[in-house]
Amino acid sequence: MKYPLRVVSVERSLFEGEVEFIIANGADGELGVMARHAPLMTVLKPGPLRIQEVMGGQEQVLFVGGGFLEVLPERVTVLADVAEHADEISVERAEEARRRAQEKLAGTLTTAEETEFQNALAIAEARLRLARLRRG
Amino acid sequence: MPAYRDIVRRIDSIKNTQKITKAMQVVAATRLRRAQAAVQATRPYAEKMLEVLQTAGERATEYKHPFLVRREGTRAVMILVTTDKGLAGAINVNSIRAATRYMQEHYPDQPKYVTLGRKGRDFLLRFRRNVIAETSGLPDRPSIATILSGVAVALEEYTRGDVDAVLLCYAKWISTLRQEAVVRTLIPAEIPVREKEASPPADYIYEPDPESVLDALLPRYVETQVYQAVLENKASEYSAKMIAMQNATKAAGDFIDSLTLFANKVRQAGITTELMEIVGGAEALRSAG
Repeated sequence: MKYPLRVVSVERSLFEGEVEFIIANGADGELGVMARHAPLMTVLKPGPLRIQEVMGGQEQVLFVGGGFLEVLPERVTVLADVAEHADEISVERAEEARRRAQEKLAGTLTTAEETEFQNALAIAEARLRLARLRRG
Repeated sequence: MPAYRDIVRRIDSIKNTQKITKAMQVVAATRLRRAQAAVQATRPYAEKMLEVLQTAGERATEYKHPFLVRREGTRAVMILVTTDKGLAGAINVNSIRAATRYMQEHYPDQPKYVTLGRKGRDFLLRFRRNVIAETSGLPDRPSIATILSGVAVALEEYTRGDVDAVLLCYAKWISTLRQEAVVRTLIPAEIPVREKEASPPADYIYEPDPESVLDALLPRYVETQVYQAVLENKASEYSAKMIAMQNATKAAGDFIDSLTLFANKVRQAGITTELMEIVGGAEALRSAG
């Protein structure tokens, strides 16, 4: 059974369509959502969002740098912080972003800066994992 | 009386200026359309976010996130959005004036500023205001990441208890001909109340719990508002620039017309003088002969 899914980031809409199954990286671990899932609202951690239009079939992977997942009886929405299609991610760029974040973390920082860079680091690492996943 | 050649040279120079202003007008018009599309693109996210915030707020009624608590006190940090470049009419002047006035009237105690855009920063620094963070050189379609550090600094001030409110000032786009400087209060955040029974509130399972969802949502909500303001300010910038350049092109045209008229008069006067000289010379020769 299919249900409508919408993935939006502040900058643009990334996915809109009918799907059967998605796997997201929730605050309490990975979770899969099928049709008729109980209404749910969860915080997402940086990581891949796997979309299967047909259960067990071709998989589309989006990168989500944190955000929220809302499951309602009639539709599912993902509010993504930074979202991009997996094939838009290049290993080099992800690698560089990670290096930058680590360099900045090495210096002395205020708490706000530190959380910001921790976040950047987590995002860069998740991206890198995903980019490798696509290659391998 | 100036020489005819000099006036013609002047006309040529103004024609060149006119070409430039005309080109800038066309470029601004294209960029305006793009900026408007960028503003549009943020709507689905912003609307959904508000909806989720309302639902979560209804669920966690006894929980008060610090961003929702009104504080007594008149210290504030103002996030001022301006353009990086000039030649855009009065929009920056209007925004800066609105921001500083609002601060003087409502939050006169140790005002602090975060600037997004070069014009606002330069102005405030010249007048020795306390600018605690700035970002300038924003591209036409900035990603949200470019504005996050400025917002983070403002939010940190509030969390630490150093200010009692976080404000935002930008040029709101009303129409191509009208942009208005507006000041908004980001914190304490006012979540607009949902229209009654627009959609029945969903009864969610919250993971981990409604409070942490709210904790994560509220900073995002503030960031989204600032991001939208930056994009809208871009649209206002290009509208204002388009009109300013249109006026400049028209003024140059009027100037060219009056100078052309003047040049013709000068030329005519020159011809008349020459004729008089020839006639006078011929007359003198005849009477001598």
